[in-house]
Amino acid sequence: MEFDLSKIPITLFIFSLIVGLFSPIMTWVERKQSALMQDRIGANRAEILGIRAIGLLHPVADVIKMITKEDTFPLGGSKFLHNIAPMIAAIPALISFAVIPYGGHYQAWGADWTLVVADLDYGVLYLLAIGSIAAYGSIIAGWAANNNWGLLGSIRVSAQMISYEVCMGISVVGLFMVFGTLKMTDMGIAQQETFRVLGFVEHLGWAQAGTAWVDFVKLPMWGIFLQPLGFFMFMTALIAENKRPPFDVPEGESELVAGYFIEYSGMKFGLFFMAEWIEVVVIAGLMTAMFLGGWSVPYIPDATLVEFFRGGVGVNMANVFAMIIHVLIFFTKVISMIFFLQLIRWSLPRFRYDQVMDLGWKILLPLSIANVAVTGLIMLLVKEVTG
Amino acid sequence: MAEPVKKARTEGKGGLHTDIQKLNMGPSHPATHGTVKFTVELDGETIQAMDVAVGYLHRGFEKECESGTYYQAIPYTDRLNYNSAILANLGYCMAVEKLLEIEIPDRGEWARVLAGELSRVGDHLTRLGAACLELAAMTPFLYGIEARELIWDLQEMLCGARVTSNYVRIGGLQRNIPDGFEDRCEESLKRVDELLVDFDKIVTANRIFVDRFRGTGVLSREDCVAYSVTGPLLRAAGIPYDLRKAEPYSKYDEIDFDIPVGTTGDNYDRFLVVQEELMQSIRIIRQCLPVLRKTKGQPVDIQDPHIRWPGKNRVYGRMEELIQQFKGVTEGIKVPAGEAYVAVESANGELGFYIVSDGSGKPYKVRCRPPSFVNTQPLSRMLVGGLLADIIPTFDMVNMIGGECDR
Repeated sequence: MEFDLSKIPITLFIFSLIVGLFSPIMTWVERKQSALMQDRIGANRAEILGIRAIGLLHPVADVIKMITKEDTFPLGGSKFLHNIAPMIAAIPALISFAVIPYGGHYQAWGADWTLVVADLDYGVLYLLAIGSIAAYGSIIAGWAANNNWGLLGSIRVSAQMISYEVCMGISVVGLFMVFGTLKMTDMGIAQQETFRVLGFVEHLGWAQAGTAWVDFVKLPMWGIFLQPLGFFMFMTALIAENKRPPFDVPEGESELVAGYFIEYSGMKFGLFFMAEWIEVVVIAGLMTAMFLGGWSVPYIPDATLVEFFRGGVGVNMANVFAMIIHVLIFFTKVISMIFFLQLIRWSLPRFRYDQVMDLGWKILLPLSIANVAVTGLIMLLVKEVTG
Repeated sequence: MAEPVKKARTEGKGGLHTDIQKLNMGPSHPATHGTVKFTVELDGETIQAMDVAVGYLHRGFEKECESGTYYQAIPYTDRLNYNSAILANLGYCMAVEKLLEIEIPDRGEWARVLAGELSRVGDHLTRLGAACLELAAMTPFLYGIEARELIWDLQEMLCGARVTSNYVRIGGLQRNIPDGFEDRCEESLKRVDELLVDFDKIVTANRIFVDRFRGTGVLSREDCVAYSVTGPLLRAAGIPYDLRKAEPYSKYDEIDFDIPVGTTGDNYDRFLVVQEELMQSIRIIRQCLPVLRKTKGQPVDIQDPHIRWPGKNRVYGRMEELIQQFKGVTEGIKVPAGEAYVAVESANGELGFYIVSDGSGKPYKVRCRPPSFVNTQPLSRMLVGGLLADIIPTFDMVNMIGGECDR
C-alpha cells in the first residue's frame, strides 16, 4: 500500500459522500420502501419552511431529536463501558468502507487516482477482522447495562456473531481461489473479463472450436456467476452479522424489549442505529465489489471505455469521464443491493435463537466447506481440460 | 470448593456452575399486550418455571353492571374483548332476552349473525396480524390490518362506531341495516379475500415462520378438556367443539359452514385453524347478505315498547311514545325474577353471561365467563420446557385480551 497525497481529496470526497450521505438516507429508504411494500404512504411530515421533500427531511429531524434527548444511565451499570460501547460498535462500521473500491485506476494530468481509500493487499481479511471488532460493542453494551434483557441480548449477540463469522470467512474462500487474490481492486479488475458459459461443449468435443453459438453465450466473470452458492451464503452471514431481521434475535423487541441496547438513549442509541445502517451500505458495497463486478460496466473493460472517449475529448478527460461512469455504476449496483437487502428485511419473520445457531453451524458451515471443495475440484478440471 | 452451593445453582456440563435467571416479563412488556405479568425462571434460554399473573386490567365490570339498568351494561360489554365487541354485546343481550323470554324478528337475527361474524373476522385478523408483527414480520401484519380496517368500515356503517360498537340491543339492534350496506359489504369482502391471499403467501408457507410455530406451545387434547379451554385452541387440539354447531343459537342452524379442526394442538395448528375460521366467517357473511336483501324494510326490533322503546322520530311527536321512552330510560326495562346463562362462541371461545334478576330494573348479578381467562390458565403448562422466544407465538395464539380476562 502506497500513500499518495495527490489522491486524497477525491477519494476522501467520495468516501465521505458514501458514509456521510448514505447512512442518513438509509433511514429514509427504510421508511419509504417499507411503506411501499405495506401499502402505506410513509414518513412525510418533517418540513422546513413548508418544504417536505417527500420525507427526505426526516433524517435531519431524527438527528436533532437524537442529539437533544436526555442521555440516561442505568443504575448499577458500568459507566465507562456504557460510554465506549456505542463507539466500539460504530467505528468499525465507519472504517470498514475504506477498502471497498468504488472505481478503478485513472491517470489524468499526470496524477494517479485509485478510487479506494486504502488499497490493501489483504483487503477482505481486513474487513473480516474489523467486522469481528464490531461484535464487542454490542456485547459490552448489553453487559454494562446491569439489565436482564441486556444480558440476554449480549449473550445472543456473542453467540450469533461468532457463529456467523466462521461461515462468513469460509464462504468466500471459494472466491479467493477463483480470483487468486484478497485485494479488492484486483478482484474488481478480474471481474471485468468474460467467460464462455458453454465453453465445456467444445472441450468435450461436442462442437468444433470457434462455433458461433458457443462463443456467443458469454457472461462477465462476476463473483455471483462463478460462486453463486458463495454469494448467497456470504450474504446470509453478512445479514446475520448486521443483526437485522430476520437475524435480529439479539434485539428482538417482542422478546428482549430492545436486547443489548435497552439502556441507551439519545445519540448513544443513535450510534447503534447509525452503525447498523452504515453496515447495510457496507454489505451492499462489499457484495458489489466482490460478487457483482464492482465498478465495471458489464462486457466493457476499463481500458475499452477510456479508449472510447479518447478520440473525442483527449486522454485526460476520457479518464475523468470513465471515472464518473464507473462511480455511478458502482452506486447504482450498491443501491440495487440495498433495495434487495431491505426487501429481505421487510418480508421475513425473525428466527428463533436456536434456529439461528442451527442455520449457522449445521447448514451454512458444511455448505461453505463443501463449496470450497467443489470449487477446487472444478478449478482442477478446468485446468486439466483447457491446459 | 467444599462450600455448599446455593440451592438455585445447578451443576452444568463440564463442572460449570450455572444459575437460574429470574426474569420479570411485564406487566409492561412488548409481548404482554393487555398487561399480564410472567415471572419466568430461565436456564440459559430454556424456561424452567413460569408464573402467569393476570388482573392488571381489572375494572370491576361485573359489579359495575349492577349499578345501572340492563341497557346501561351494554357499553361495558364492548370493553371486554375490544377486538370483537359485537359478540360480547350479543352474548349479554341474549342472556337478558332469555330472562324476558322474547324472540326478535328474523331480520334482526340475521343482522346479528352478520354483525357478529364481521366482528369475528376483525378479531381473527388482529390475532393473525399481531402474531406476525411480534415475529418481526411487519408487512403481513399491515396486510391483515388493512383488511381489518375494511371490516371496521362496515361496522361503522352498521352502528357508527368502529371499535366499541354498542350495537346490539335487548330485543333488537341499535338501528336497522342501512341502505347499500350489502353491496358495500360484498365489495369490501372481495378486497379482504385478496389481502388474505397475499397474507397467506407471505406467511403460511414461510419456513422461518413455520419453524417458529410448529411444535411450540403444545397443549394436548386431554389438557385442553381438563382446563376447560375453548375456542380455536381447543379445536386446534382436535376437538370440533363450536357453540355455533354444538348449541346453535340465532340463525346458525340454517347456515352452512364448517368447523376447522387441528391435530397436534401446537401453535401452527392454531394459526391454521384461526385462518380457516376466518374464511368460514366470510362464508357465513356471504350467506347472510341475500337474506338481508330479501327482508329489506322489515324491522329488526321487537315491537314491544316495554322492552325496546320507540325511535326518536316517533317520540317527539306523540304522547304515548314519549312516556314509554321516558319510563324505559329512567327506570329501565323490568326483567322477570330468575336466572339465565347464555353462551356464545366468541372469537376466543365460549363467552358466557350469567344474569340473576330480582324483578327490578337493574340486574342483581351479572357474571361473565371470559374465554381469555380460562384459556390463559394453561399458559405455563404450554411453555415450561420451551424457549424464551416461544412465549411470543404462544401468547399470541392464546390471544389473551386484558379487558376480557381481567374484566
